[in-house]
Amino acid sequence: MIDMILDGLWIGFKISLILLPLILAVAYTTFAERKLIGYMQLRLGPNRVGPKGWLQPIADVIKLLMKEIVIPSGANKLLFLIAPVLFIAPSFAAWAVIPFNAELVLADINVGLLYILAMTSIAVYGVIIAGWASNSKYALLGSLRSASQIVSYEIAMGFALVAVLMASGSMNLGEIVKAQEGPFWHWYWIPLLPILAVYWISGVAETNRAPFDLPEGESEIVAGFHVEYAGIGFALFFLAEYANMILISVLTALFFFGGWLNPFMGIPYFEAATDWIPGTAWLLIKAAWFLFMMIWLRATFPRYRYDQVMRLGWKVFIPVTVVWLIVLTFMIKAGVGPWFTGRGVL
Amino acid sequence: MTVEQIVFYVFATLTILSALGVVTVRNSVQAVLCLVLTFFSAAVLWMLLEAEFLAVALVLVYVGAVMVLFLFVVMMLDVDFASLKQGFTRYVPLGILVAIGLLIGLYWVLRGEVFGLEAMPEPAKHAADHSNVETLGLLLYTDYFYAFEIAGVILLVSIVAAISLTFRGRRERRGQSVPSQHRASKDERLHIIKMDAEVAQDDESETDDSEKAAGKNRDQTKGETS
Repeated sequence: MIDMILDGLWIGFKISLILLPLILAVAYTTFAERKLIGYMQLRLGPNRVGPKGWLQPIADVIKLLMKEIVIPSGANKLLFLIAPVLFIAPSFAAWAVIPFNAELVLADINVGLLYILAMTSIAVYGVIIAGWASNSKYALLGSLRSASQIVSYEIAMGFALVAVLMASGSMNLGEIVKAQEGPFWHWYWIPLLPILAVYWISGVAETNRAPFDLPEGESEIVAGFHVEYAGIGFALFFLAEYANMILISVLTALFFFGGWLNPFMGIPYFEAATDWIPGTAWLLIKAAWFLFMMIWLRATFPRYRYDQVMRLGWKVFIPVTVVWLIVLTFMIKAGVGPWFTGRGVL
Repeated sequence: MTVEQIVFYVFATLTILSALGVVTVRNSVQAVLCLVLTFFSAAVLWMLLEAEFLAVALVLVYVGAVMVLFLFVVMMLDVDFASLKQGFTRYVPLGILVAIGLLIGLYWVLRGEVFGLEAMPEPAKHAADHSNVETLGLLLYTDYFYAFEIAGVILLVSIVAAISLTFRGRRERRGQSVPSQHRASKDERLHIIKMDAEVAQDDESETDDSEKAAGKNRDQTKGETS
């Protein structure tokens, strides 16, 4: 019994080692977003709270925590309160299977890839319930938009992950990274380039980020599914959105850009010069680049029209992934190097 | 009690309670959410049986996709409970009969002689690195190949059937035609006129704001007329 409790505490400690930096990262992602978009639009961004504005996210969090929770009249109280939790729990739970380097992973399970897909697809309940329980037309419209968008893009995303699975021959995220071992041209971004594009854009769409932020479309439906939420409820939705952004960035780095691997592995001189950088740092650098891209996308593109979103998901991405799955089969069976050497049968 | 036992009892209770909730809860949206919870806790029970692929697939397919669409439909429905309750007393005997029949059937399949520990000994636990997915894949593509292919064909037929049932011929709609939008080129819509830059001829001393604005206006009208 004591062993069990100690085990539980140890796992809890490891979870907190992942979640606390994650929450901090989320806070500073919001800051980075405001700063970056500010500079891209020739503004300064937040620069008043603390030195150079560095305490702005802390101030925001305190402000949101102190606010009153307003429950709209006619709302389903239980579901209204539970929805933000349902939205944030899966986006945290998905981090359980993320390998930060060859050894550093909380749950090294065989179906890691499927687990991540399952967790990201559960998050849609938070959105639907939030929209339905708030007893508001705008919220309901927003949640309907979000749900149909997530369900549509999940198919393309699932197919893209099938390609990764075929290329690496494993559903374990650690194994997927190990299958890409080598310098940066050994990573899957070259043989899976169309898949990378599909996965990345579907990831942006799944997190409801601009240019796919129709569920929140300020100009049409105020703030979409979380229009009735204030204070901590809104903070949780916000937190989950940014946690999902970081998750998608990390996953793209893992699936297509060799995760924690050194890009100069096996190249003389360069490898020796960069040997001191730990694997986790490489993973974070790669993920930070994709996070930057997401923010850049938001500053650059106008919002899609709804029929365009649906068309892109169903009529462009799904055919592209299916065709590339067939191409990939031939590439693997032909043993195209350096990615699939030794697996060819032709 | 081991961890597995605790997990089992917690989620088995949750499965039963939420399954009861599906049929007892008044609000239809809440009933669907109860069903989601039932699926989820059933997936946890499957996980305890070392069927991790099936468990995650259950969450992914049923919870993540099927039930979302279900919820969609139910949210849009306006259920009239009074009319639903009307025939209750009339159907109670039939319902009880069906329930008893189901109970007998379940007992027949799950009774001790068929499903007990003697008939089916406890399977040995697999090592931690045993890949359930790989075993399943090997079995599906070798021993159960025909069954797998037939299931695929049935699914394909159902897709075709669903489309043909809902497809009611081409409709004339006033929606945007995306191909024609894509075909639009800059040449059709924008006429670019090259002209020399206009340099202000005025004295340098007269450059107060109103003068500047006037200058701007003059430039604009020139640009339009030329």
